[in-house]
Amino acid sequence: MQASNTLWRFRGVTPTAMLAFVYLYLPIVVLVVLSFNANRIATLWTGFSFDWYLKVMDNDNILRATKNSLIIACGATLLATSFATMAALAMAGRRFRGQAFINAMLGLPLLVPEIVTAVASLLFFLALGLDLGLLTVLIAHTVFCIPFAYLPIRARLEGLDPRLAEAAADLYAGPFATFRRVTLPLILPGVLSGAMLAFIVSLDDFVITFFVAGAGATTLPVYIFGLIRMGITPEVNAVSALMLLVSIAFVALSYWMGQRKS
Amino acid sequence: MSLDPQRRWRRRLLLAPTTLTLLLFMLLPMLLMAWMSVLAPDTYGGVRWHEWSLDAYVQFLYERDLDDSLTLNSDYLQIFGRSFLLAGFATVVTLLIGFPTALYIALKEETTRQRLILLISIPFWTNLLVRTYAWMLLLRNGGLIDSSLSWLGLSQGALDVLYTPTAVAIGFVYSFLPFMVLPIYTSLEKMDWRLVEAAFDLGANRWQALRRVILPLAMPGIVAGCLLVFIPAIGSYYIPELLGGGKSLMIGNLIQNQFGTARNWPFGAALSFMLLALVLLAMWVYTRRFQRPPGE
Repeated sequence: MQASNTLWRFRGVTPTAMLAFVYLYLPIVVLVVLSFNANRIATLWTGFSFDWYLKVMDNDNILRATKNSLIIACGATLLATSFATMAALAMAGRRFRGQAFINAMLGLPLLVPEIVTAVASLLFFLALGLDLGLLTVLIAHTVFCIPFAYLPIRARLEGLDPRLAEAAADLYAGPFATFRRVTLPLILPGVLSGAMLAFIVSLDDFVITFFVAGAGATTLPVYIFGLIRMGITPEVNAVSALMLLVSIAFVALSYWMGQRKS
Repeated sequence: MSLDPQRRWRRRLLLAPTTLTLLLFMLLPMLLMAWMSVLAPDTYGGVRWHEWSLDAYVQFLYERDLDDSLTLNSDYLQIFGRSFLLAGFATVVTLLIGFPTALYIALKEETTRQRLILLISIPFWTNLLVRTYAWMLLLRNGGLIDSSLSWLGLSQGALDVLYTPTAVAIGFVYSFLPFMVLPIYTSLEKMDWRLVEAAFDLGANRWQALRRVILPLAMPGIVAGCLLVFIPAIGSYYIPELLGGGKSLMIGNLIQNQFGTARNWPFGAALSFMLLALVLLAMWVYTRRFQRPPGE
């Protein structure tokens, strides 16, 4: 609407925005392109090759780390999404005492620098005498996934007409039947979108996992970090490119879910 | 408002898993961390549970000489200062790029806007570690930037920018740019643009409209964006580790050291606690200044 009026064209805005988009995508494009590079020297283009991807698929350590990542991401997503759905349902009702406190606690994992959460969790697990492994990683991931799952569900519930649930209750549906037959189908896009965000956040996490994983529960990002520290190689390019593509696919899917009107 | 007990119990039950998880595995560990920061360190990592000690905080400022006297030691303060400087620099630069970008998007048509926002959000959700690694490919000697500059005849010899604070700054701006654009866009999108039209009608030029109308209305988004960039930047661990090499040590690297080679848990806990205090202070100032009470 405003674009037609020349007064609305602020000088320098368009070039800066273009620069920002190039800046955001150039490294991603370069990484993906170089992952198909035939050359052993990872930054010089000599020809197309699929070899590095085959090497990655053949690397037992990478496969094991991927398996760990998927187990943890699935577990944390399931737990965090169910907890968050329940909490969102309770928070959507009438206001109550302690609501502000719960809101603040839900914001805590988003607000506190990751490294502080990592240190606190590590010290806590060690003080409890828990062995660092899949369980500690799963707990830590569930904690920081809860707010990510909660926010879209809460937003979806906000737009919901409370009279629908009331009508169901008037028609003698119990609370559980009301939830299963009325509320859940209506908030499902929010729940799925939240679950997907939780999954991607868990899959991507490095810092907290790095601290609480111990030797047995190396996830893909932790393994990649170890590889990068040893040097830039085409295998790292390939596994990084795969990681990027998975994230991008999930964000796009989550966006599409959120957009879909029920 | 009285609620029948049955509904109240149902609500408690619904809240229990989230509340207990966060209390037990988020809040309690934070308190434990604060407590451990005032205990004495054990020789090979760990703490002596019954020995109180403020050494971790003393160590931050002073060095203990052989004769047990304390001399001022600014090493750790310098690391905090450097982290502050780098995070602050990243915040300013992301704002300078992010605000025009958000404005550009906000002035587009509805469908274009949504597509552009998706373009900004994708990097926001993609793996930061891998995106940082991509910059190592670009910045290293013989990498894309180095070779294109020398091909264009713009540089002599190697670029030598990877493993410097400059590389860390570039990495920060790149990584956290979406954190700046998204909140600013949100506040611009909610803005009543008729106010800007009114300013134009009253004879304001573009600069005046921007400075007197758009900027003040976008302020909550700008401040939120600054916090969202500053907080992760100041506590960042792997961006300085990968792009800065060993040379530009930041708070995050120092903290990690205490649990790796240095094996000084109380000092690590104290450093984390100080970092947390800094962040909470910034948040508190923000909420006092910009968060209006509901209903206003």
